[in-house]
Amino acid sequence: MLRGKAFTFGDGISTDHIIPGRHAHLRSNLPELAKHVLEDADPTFVSRVSEGDFIVAGNNFGLGSSREHAPLVIKMAGVSAILAKSVARIFFRNAINLGLPVLLCDTDGINDGDELEIDLSAGTVRDITTGQKLTFGKIPQVMLRILDAGGLIPYIKEHGDFKL
Amino acid sequence: MGKTLSEKILSAKSGNNARAGDIVIASVDLSFVQDTTGPLTVMQFYESDLKKLANPERTAVFIDHAVPSPTRTLSNDHLVLRQFAGETGAIMSDIGEGVCHQLVAESLARPGDVIVASDSHTVTAGGLGAFATGMGSSDVAVAMGLGKTWFRVPESIRITVAGQFQIGVSAKDLILHIIGQLGADGATYKVLEFSGDGIKGMTMSQRFTVANMAVEAGAKVGIFPSDEVTKAYLVDQGRGKDYQPVIPDADAVYEQMMRIALDVLEPTVARPHTVDNVALARELKGTKIQQVLIGTCTNGRLDDLEITARILKGKKCHAGTRFIVAPASRQIYLHSLERGYFQTLVEAGATILPPGCGPCLGLHQGALGDGEACLSTSNRNFKGRMGNPKAFVYLGSPATAAATALTGEITDPREVM
Repeated sequence: MLRGKAFTFGDGISTDHIIPGRHAHLRSNLPELAKHVLEDADPTFVSRVSEGDFIVAGNNFGLGSSREHAPLVIKMAGVSAILAKSVARIFFRNAINLGLPVLLCDTDGINDGDELEIDLSAGTVRDITTGQKLTFGKIPQVMLRILDAGGLIPYIKEHGDFKL
Repeated sequence: MGKTLSEKILSAKSGNNARAGDIVIASVDLSFVQDTTGPLTVMQFYESDLKKLANPERTAVFIDHAVPSPTRTLSNDHLVLRQFAGETGAIMSDIGEGVCHQLVAESLARPGDVIVASDSHTVTAGGLGAFATGMGSSDVAVAMGLGKTWFRVPESIRITVAGQFQIGVSAKDLILHIIGQLGADGATYKVLEFSGDGIKGMTMSQRFTVANMAVEAGAKVGIFPSDEVTKAYLVDQGRGKDYQPVIPDADAVYEQMMRIALDVLEPTVARPHTVDNVALARELKGTKIQQVLIGTCTNGRLDDLEITARILKGKKCHAGTRFIVAPASRQIYLHSLERGYFQTLVEAGATILPPGCGPCLGLHQGALGDGEACLSTSNRNFKGRMGNPKAFVYLGSPATAAATALTGEITDPREVM
């Protein structure tokens, strides 16, 4: 069971919003890079987010670059899951590969600051603030196995190959 | 029931009867990294205990995003990559060689290949019939070590192209038009597969431009069949042996069909801050532009520099507009020198950058000031893209960019040709 606060974002949050190219010189200094997470979408996000909180977005979250640093700095900020109406392809795979759950559901009813409780195995989101209950789409089996291992690198370390 | 190009390639590479929706494990024919995503890939490669590359001669490391390095931290990232290539035997492409996608097109990609790399514009190689897609560092690290990866076999959108481009209109206008129609997530998880008489008249350079931007509609792959044009290109690059015809079955099943007549397309521009926010160049007349960029993996090829030089021959760029040109590769650089394009462009006021990604991603060189606008031939105009969230990026063709450099405002190139 995951529990935390919702930080809402709209549609089309790109990897440049999440971690822009102008910080590329910090990519080998991840703690420093993580201080800039989502800076161009909400400059106050990094100072307000706490361990376990959630990003709640609209459509096409994470579009753009293949930079895995984008889900990585989100994870480093303490975010425990991303909820979105839809997610860009590469970002989706990158987040799962880092062990960061991405849950597809209708996020319209969730307000910024709402307290959420997520049951990953039951596939449900409970908005404690509003009382609303949502279900999210199934994560494909292959991704679930990678997620369960804590990400792709731990998965490969354990199995030495794809055992899907 | 026949197969799409992607189903055919993934069937061949997985040894299964791959159909849209299936999960397959496919062999990877080429994998590569570049300097902003490569160091993380290297770290994950070693962390995964994979130790050796599956195919060193088909694995490449490109230093192209920050060239030459502007800071010591990036210089140290470059050291990591050079050391990795040295240790593993991967192909090393250092500063001055050019943008990874252009170099892959010139020297490495083959029709029918499965190509994965930690850069979203890996889709460019779809121009010559490869199933090429961008992935993150973890996926590429594993693909490099195992020589394979998993895919969900994508559905395909068939785009049938008819006719030919009018003067002043090019492949960039076509793909911007398509993205405007589909939307920035209209092809998410899918393939854009191109067909029709209209593509027969398109050069490889034009096909690379179109395939390059498939990802801006969310697509996993943008792919052309390989044909006589592909063959002639490979022969010209000294690797005719790499040619094989790759075509879809006549009775392949597509999720969606689109038809586009090239003859009615007009110069098209994507407005800030999304690529699907398109308008015609003539509708944006009067929009002041402080910087013009011609180059990148989208439009930094020889024919792009040729049209630019043709428009600017004997003319001077607008005094209030900075004009930056970055050829996509050393080969293009040399050919442009031989043909006198750079002489023409420098006389017109251009600043020439070394082959590489240049100002496209806002890492260094040509970062925009607050409130400034750039007309760029690159592929992304997201907020903050060119180094400043308070700046504005418009995307257009090389002809539109050249015309804009001349007048200092967004200009339909047909006005000056």
